[in-house]
Amino acid sequence: MTGAGPSEFRMPSLGADMESGTVAEWLVQPGDSIRKGDIIAVIDTDKALIEVESFHTGVVDSLLVSAGERVPVGTPLALVTTAPAPARPSTRERPPAPAGKEHPRPAPGAPEPAPAPPSPPVTSPIVRHLAEQRGLDLASVHGTGPAGRVIRADVERAQARAKASPLARKLARELGVDLARITGTGRTGAIRADDVRAAAVRQGKPREAAVRASARPAAPAAAERPAQERRGEAMRQAIAQAMARSKREIPHYYLATTVDMSAALAWLRQRNRDLPVPQRLLPAALLLKATALAAKEVPRLNGFWIDDAFVPGDAVHLGVAISLKGGGLITPALHAAAGRELGDLMAGLKDLVARSRAGRLRATEMTEATITVTNLGDLGVELVHGIVHPPQVALVGFGKILDRPWAVDGLLGVRPLVTVTLAADHRATDGFTGARFLAVVERLLNHPEEL
Amino acid sequence: MTEGTTTYREAMREAIREAMRRDERVFLMGEDVGAYGGCFAVSLGLLEEFGPERVRDTPLSEAAFVGAGIGAALGGMRPIVEIMTVNFSLLALDQILNNAATLLHMSGGQLNVPLVIRMTTGAGRQLAAQHSHSLEGWYAHIPGLRILAPATVEDARGMLWPALQDPDPVLIFEHGSLYNMSGVARPGPVDITGAALRRSGTDISLIGYGGTMGKALSAADALAGEGIEADVIDLRVLRPLDDATIMESVGRTHRVVIVDEGWRSGSLSAEIGARIVEQAFYQLDAPVARVCTAEVPIPYARHLEEAAIPQVSAIVAATREVLAS
Repeated sequence: MTGAGPSEFRMPSLGADMESGTVAEWLVQPGDSIRKGDIIAVIDTDKALIEVESFHTGVVDSLLVSAGERVPVGTPLALVTTAPAPARPSTRERPPAPAGKEHPRPAPGAPEPAPAPPSPPVTSPIVRHLAEQRGLDLASVHGTGPAGRVIRADVERAQARAKASPLARKLARELGVDLARITGTGRTGAIRADDVRAAAVRQGKPREAAVRASARPAAPAAAERPAQERRGEAMRQAIAQAMARSKREIPHYYLATTVDMSAALAWLRQRNRDLPVPQRLLPAALLLKATALAAKEVPRLNGFWIDDAFVPGDAVHLGVAISLKGGGLITPALHAAAGRELGDLMAGLKDLVARSRAGRLRATEMTEATITVTNLGDLGVELVHGIVHPPQVALVGFGKILDRPWAVDGLLGVRPLVTVTLAADHRATDGFTGARFLAVVERLLNHPEEL
Repeated sequence: MTEGTTTYREAMREAIREAMRRDERVFLMGEDVGAYGGCFAVSLGLLEEFGPERVRDTPLSEAAFVGAGIGAALGGMRPIVEIMTVNFSLLALDQILNNAATLLHMSGGQLNVPLVIRMTTGAGRQLAAQHSHSLEGWYAHIPGLRILAPATVEDARGMLWPALQDPDPVLIFEHGSLYNMSGVARPGPVDITGAALRRSGTDISLIGYGGTMGKALSAADALAGEGIEADVIDLRVLRPLDDATIMESVGRTHRVVIVDEGWRSGSLSAEIGARIVEQAFYQLDAPVARVCTAEVPIPYARHLEEAAIPQVSAIVAATREVLAS
């Protein structure tokens, strides 16, 4: 292999509040050829499972951190021998869609990959990930999906049969330890009480950790409890940390304006009339697009405050606040929103919501938002006083669109109104800038044809 | 035998003597209890001391003399009926179950049966298949009876008097291998309602009674040499079972081996195991294990008999298995 020598693939920072991450799954093995942009690992950030792309093209030389290990941001995870161009396509490219996909085998003459089980069953990445996490041999799991495919529920069911003593189960519940992640020391692999206690000690007394959590990052809260619950709790801690940092460091100023949505909604109705239902737009698409264009027009609000200086964003990547069903909040980025057509933006939003709730977001989506939008109108909220998500410098809030009395040209009428708010970092901008931003939002919503 | 100690046999005899001295309603009857001094010599000398009215040899008819005992109890006496072995007691099972255990119910609470039946149980003495079984678990199945199994000299000495005070029938099972055991017996009654912790440990609960108690304690000694500390529970009362003591122990050790000289199927050990699962399931860190008698008639040949009944080595092995499982 001729190349520039091995490059390090490091634990990425998938959010300003991320200090460390867990390699949840390796999607490549030593010897695999990869291209820049290939998804090569799944990182658990406590907020979500994030698929991480390679920055290099080449061949995976070695994996330095094994799946399940938690390491600080910046820790080298793998060595990639970079090459000008791979002689063959990636053998491990995996689309984010969870549908089953045949494993392509490495091309003849490729470096010997680590031994793989013969004809691995057709499964989705999340199923493989779960199975690996739980030490299950997928070949031994009875599939109930289409064509006998092993689906997530099968893995969970199989896992439910894990041998553990009643006391171990009770202790695991009490200590918040995930039995699926414990290796039993009983003669037949049964998990016994001592195994649970040892796991609890390894994770540092989770009960106490939860109590102390306000002062600490989410990290010590444990690798060993039921994934969903653990993630929920860890996410709470991550949010707590980020928001506390925001309120501690960012001198916020708040502005609000009320926008008459008559023109926008009329335009939307007109447009939707000609579209099939799936392609129809919601008002949210207009609000997002208006925000994106306004941020482009007032770039001082679009970017980051880092090391006492403002760093403008390379484009407008809208961080969209998405509440998760299990509780918690995630703000993945709608990339380059200012330049996207409304329908595209709408589709992107739907995709983002779906993947956020499935816990399958991309690394870039987690890190690159340049300004955040939160829309609580659906819940009936009229006015949002946001908290800026560091290191961003602005957060735009939309309330519910309500029919209200409104004076227009000296006459009182009933108009659909929305209250748009801006919370911004006074270190980066002043109220004047913020006011200008809101004025642009209003102007755009009054001229929806510009969106 | 050292100063102050006595044998299980003598303790039992002393208990009978004391009861007969304290309460003239008390009398002893059974096969060979008088002139012969008892088949296991428990009542040796009592005929001479108390006379044939109160120490009565009976015909070889368990149904008759147990029924007579029930009648005497109903008539206001406090009979002690001795049955030679539990195997023979089956001839009196009708009297014990259908009358002694049931009359209080059938009479709407009017008729108590203050009867004490003593009998020998268990194997280990080469008495073959008609004298050696452990059927106390069967009696422990019957509502209306209190079942006692003294495993120590002290219990042999102290259980009879409170048993006689019980207004309802009490069966006392004396394991044949214990009669020559010596120990200290304080005079005076002992509790007949609960189990006793004979040894305290943290790693395993060994549950036994009567004839298996000594084996369980020996096993505990052997295990201690391996660093395994055993709780040893002497059930003492087979009916009603002292669940609280069992569950308390299981709550500390989380592992159980039940030692029962009865056959495994449908045994007392099965009942105890089921109760542990019912009441202390979430305390269990390993499957409940049992050491029981092989499901064969007790053999006569010594090596076969030894192989058939619970032994120290089997208890130790079962414990190791539980700790490893």
